[in-house]
Amino acid sequence: MSEVIVITSGKGGVGKSTTTASLGVGLAMRGKKVALIDTDTGLRNLDILLGLERRIVYTLVDVAQKRVNYGQALVRHKKYSNLFLLPTSQVADKTAIEPEQMKQLVDTMRHEFDFILIDCPAGIEQGFQTAVIGADWAVVVTIPEVSAVRDADKIIGRLQAVNKDIKLIVNRIDPQMVKAGTMLDMTSIDDILSLPCIGQIPDDREVINASNQGIPIIEWNNTAAGRAYDDVVGRICGEDIPFKPFETEGFFARLKHVFGH
Amino acid sequence: MSIWDKLFGGSNNRSSKQIAHDRLKVVLIHDRANVSPEVMNHIKNDIIEVISHYMDIDKNAMEIALENDADSVALVANIPVNNMRHDAGRRR
Repeated sequence: MSEVIVITSGKGGVGKSTTTASLGVGLAMRGKKVALIDTDTGLRNLDILLGLERRIVYTLVDVAQKRVNYGQALVRHKKYSNLFLLPTSQVADKTAIEPEQMKQLVDTMRHEFDFILIDCPAGIEQGFQTAVIGADWAVVVTIPEVSAVRDADKIIGRLQAVNKDIKLIVNRIDPQMVKAGTMLDMTSIDDILSLPCIGQIPDDREVINASNQGIPIIEWNNTAAGRAYDDVVGRICGEDIPFKPFETEGFFARLKHVFGH
Repeated sequence: MSIWDKLFGGSNNRSSKQIAHDRLKVVLIHDRANVSPEVMNHIKNDIIEVISHYMDIDKNAMEIALENDADSVALVANIPVNNMRHDAGRRR
């Protein structure tokens, strides 16, 4: 059975595309046949995060408007041969694809893939409707900031209105701030949004280092964020993986911070 | 923050995490309620139905609204009562 998951957030810049790229690679590493669809037409980024930006020939807009088959537009990943990207156009805008065209496309692609992940644009306009319509369930990505949590709640309302199941990923958690009581933690965000959480991703500088090179962080399994994403992939595959407490600096490291400044 | 707080990660005041949590709880009640006047209308009609079992009320003058102060939200209803029903106490 294929699963179609939309990755969304409401607010921009919280790590939707970064998350989509890592989950896609993670599922491919577990042997699944995966397609990633970028629906952020005009502001595409999934290609550059996957290191595939120079291989695009056709786009989602060409497919939706029936100029080519989806197979002609798919870009195969360099390292994982069972991972494909369906990029979108960088010049068209969100009105180029109607929600109904997207639904038809996803229903056709379902037969070929184990997982289809749809990267949703920020906002609640037509781009959101297009991204969401064909999905079985949704991942809402948020970060522990009041603005992002509020926008996530708005998106959750829209998703529930169209009967989508929703699971939460809290990105960019700073374990030290959580420990000091200066940042919302996963439990409090769960409580506010009343949703099950399938991931808490620690803030990790290596995410930028990896994406600079077109590598989703999950490929670096010695990083904190990479391991956290791997846990999320396991949970999506139905494995029972408990949440591990974050490693934080001990007393002496904090002592150094205090007197070092 | 004092050096003591920095070292031991604590403070006597409410943490900013707690403040964020409480503020979000309140603002989301409003965001969610503001989504539709339709829902408020459903609530109003349901209240009228229940109250009418016990008393005659002025349905047209009745008002309900969500009101908030700094840290809480309340559903405030103003329901003018015209008359009590004789059988009110015997119901149920």
